[in-house]
Amino acid sequence: MENTNEMTIEFDSRSCNEGFARVAVAAFCTQLNPTLEEVADLKTAVSEAITNAIIHAYDEGVHKIRIECKIVDHDMYVTIIDYGKGIQDVAKAMEPLFTTKPEMERSGMGFAFMEAFMDEVTVVSEPGVGTQVHMMKHVGCGSSPFE
Amino acid sequence: MEELFQVRGSILTIRIPDELDHHSAETIREGSERILENQGIREVIFDFRDTQFMDSSGIGMLMGRYRSMNQMGGTVKAVHVKERVAKILQLSGIFKVIPIELEKSWGDV
Repeated sequence: MENTNEMTIEFDSRSCNEGFARVAVAAFCTQLNPTLEEVADLKTAVSEAITNAIIHAYDEGVHKIRIECKIVDHDMYVTIIDYGKGIQDVAKAMEPLFTTKPEMERSGMGFAFMEAFMDEVTVVSEPGVGTQVHMMKHVGCGSSPFE
Repeated sequence: MEELFQVRGSILTIRIPDELDHHSAETIREGSERILENQGIREVIFDFRDTQFMDSSGIGMLMGRYRSMNQMGGTVKAVHVKERVAKILQLSGIFKVIPIELEKSWGDV
């Protein structure tokens, strides 16, 4: 278990926190010596998941969003957790271009971007309880982070 | 900081900020719709010269402006688009409806 490192943050579901949250995850990831592209991919995926929590889980009300990060060797695990209304049909929600809020100019590309930029994306949701988006990306495979 | 919106004749130029996410997309949406409602705009130019980050909220905002202009018989284009933003635009398929001019990097000269 020695080659692991963990970080957790929790913050209010305000849109002004989106930038701070994705940068916090990116900063934690820098110990893996990632490429600029890997950092950008991670930031985009995290931004999508947080935006979903703000807009869909909480309908723009202010509640808590939790991000749990874990590094295991060269794998970066990120879990984004909300305690909002949950997703009725996860498979449907993950279809590209599907959105429940077209009037808010949502593109329906959020989950598609997460899947494009991360190596694994799993969504666990229970209506009325909340949603967890589990993501993993292989990062900085050039060198060991624990030397 | 540069002005977000600049109107010159019938052209509205929107200087997209460093990061185009849900937060900044909302500001741009509200401001630009107010201008489009009453200033006889025929073309909207999205200037991406400052933009390093964009997510799917940005795609939604661009599509929204494209639809507004399309209804009014006007046009939309994106200029000074850098590599990362170009990748997002390409993934979304939006380049099929909105013309995109890439920022020239030193390598291209």
